[in-house]
Amino acid sequence: MAEQSKTESTEQPGKRPILPFLKLEPTPHLVGSKCGKCGAVYLDLKRMACSKCGATNQFTQIPLSNKGNVWVFSVIHQSFPGIKTPYVTAIVDLPEGVSVKSNLVDIDPDELQKNPQQAFGMPVEMVANVVSKDRQGNEVVAFQYRPSKN
Amino acid sequence: MRNVYVLGTGMIKFGRYPDKSVPELGSEAALIALKDAGVTIQDVELFASGNLFQSNAMIGQRILQQIGQTGIPVVNVSNACATGSTAFREAYMAVASGMYDITMAVGVEQMGKQGLLGGGGGGSDPAYATEERLGSGLMPAVFGQAGMEHMRKYGTTLEHFAKISVKSHKHATRNPFSQYRNEVTLEDVLNARMVAFPNTLYMCCPTGDGAAAAILVSEDKLKQYAAGRKRARVAASVLTSDPYTERDLTLPDVSTLTRRAAKKAYEIAGIGPQDVSLTELHDCFATAELVHYENLGLCGDGEAGKFIDQGGGMHPGLGGKSPVNVSGGLLSKGHPLGATGVANICEVVWHLTEDDRAKERLVPNAKVGMAHVIGLGSACTIHLLTV
Repeated sequence: MAEQSKTESTEQPGKRPILPFLKLEPTPHLVGSKCGKCGAVYLDLKRMACSKCGATNQFTQIPLSNKGNVWVFSVIHQSFPGIKTPYVTAIVDLPEGVSVKSNLVDIDPDELQKNPQQAFGMPVEMVANVVSKDRQGNEVVAFQYRPSKN
Repeated sequence: MRNVYVLGTGMIKFGRYPDKSVPELGSEAALIALKDAGVTIQDVELFASGNLFQSNAMIGQRILQQIGQTGIPVVNVSNACATGSTAFREAYMAVASGMYDITMAVGVEQMGKQGLLGGGGGGSDPAYATEERLGSGLMPAVFGQAGMEHMRKYGTTLEHFAKISVKSHKHATRNPFSQYRNEVTLEDVLNARMVAFPNTLYMCCPTGDGAAAAILVSEDKLKQYAAGRKRARVAASVLTSDPYTERDLTLPDVSTLTRRAAKKAYEIAGIGPQDVSLTELHDCFATAELVHYENLGLCGDGEAGKFIDQGGGMHPGLGGKSPVNVSGGLLSKGHPLGATGVANICEVVWHLTEDDRAKERLVPNAKVGMAHVIGLGSACTIHLLTV
């Protein structure tokens, strides 16, 4: 038994994306599936058919922009036990015609609540942050958004 | 399709019943409905049971094991928050189709102090859970954002959302079936603990237990059993799912499927929103109620804020118009998921038939009532009832 586990653990722990559509190489970015018939874009890389037009087997994988704009947000003050609050959840529209949900970081939740209008349409950029460590010792990386620096 | 009528209704007060089982709660409501209808379980030809959290536990059959095992067909329905109303629709379709003459729907749920719903992800290793790391899937946040869309488009204010909570809490003081019956002021709502912006504690529905039942009959059976008693007709029963919209997969779109359901329901019934005497709509959060005023056509697009400011949604006895959720709504009456869809049909029926169970809050001269439910994921039901 001891020998077997030795051979299994030859792979060094590394970084793992939290979801399959986050790619870490060469630099962190999101990918989507684009329907060849109607152009709808999905974050699901194993799609069988397009839920917009019904076309099958016409998907190509496309890279998604690291920049987007905030559609709407909420600030979470009550969450599951053990989760630190507050945090800001947001829907971010990407230029490829797909939206993603993630945290807004490097932003003051209090300020957002005082003046929510400032967030609507706000240009943001993706950052890849290590958020946890899994049972195999891999660092788990999530994509999050911060106000654009330029 | 044949005309279908609600011959009897039953509901238990929503609240917490830790000493009772789900089948027991459902049976209580079912027995009240049978008595109200003036029929026995031997008369019922099909039974539709709505329950979400024990949807693999044959709740319908277990209710019949309590109240009468007659061997009739039983369907167990699960459709998120629209579970109860989908069960009602199954019972409706069974009569409308001509296949059966007397059917029963029961919606029941036991949630206890379950707390927040939604969120999660990650599979077997919590290191991959997404809550807080990739935004939030918690219901207060999802519906908070639905309200934020309205704020973004139309400049809706926190006060508008808060006023809905004040209104529904006021309504609940006159409903003995309501889980909470306390009044709150605008300041109470705005200053309450923030759960998920802009929804404060009083703008979120509670969890709890409850059950409601309805007995549906054909016109012939109505004549046989309801002689001299006022009974409501189901003028439209519509169920929709969420059509493709660009953001739907990241931010559930609760509006498009509601608009489609409303349009179809009005068409089937041959009426418009101006004809509706009262509405029970799915106010799981105050933000949801506001967007549904427009989705259901109670006011024009972008006018929900004005609608609220002018007394829209408030009981006419309290100086309002177009009354919405005179039961107290999910915000006060409670939201035991599987029970909700049947309970709000009971409420509408009670006003239309001037039932004693609504005497403290009766909407005068009610001729048309609307019951709307959204189950996230998504399912929308709209029932229009008339007398």
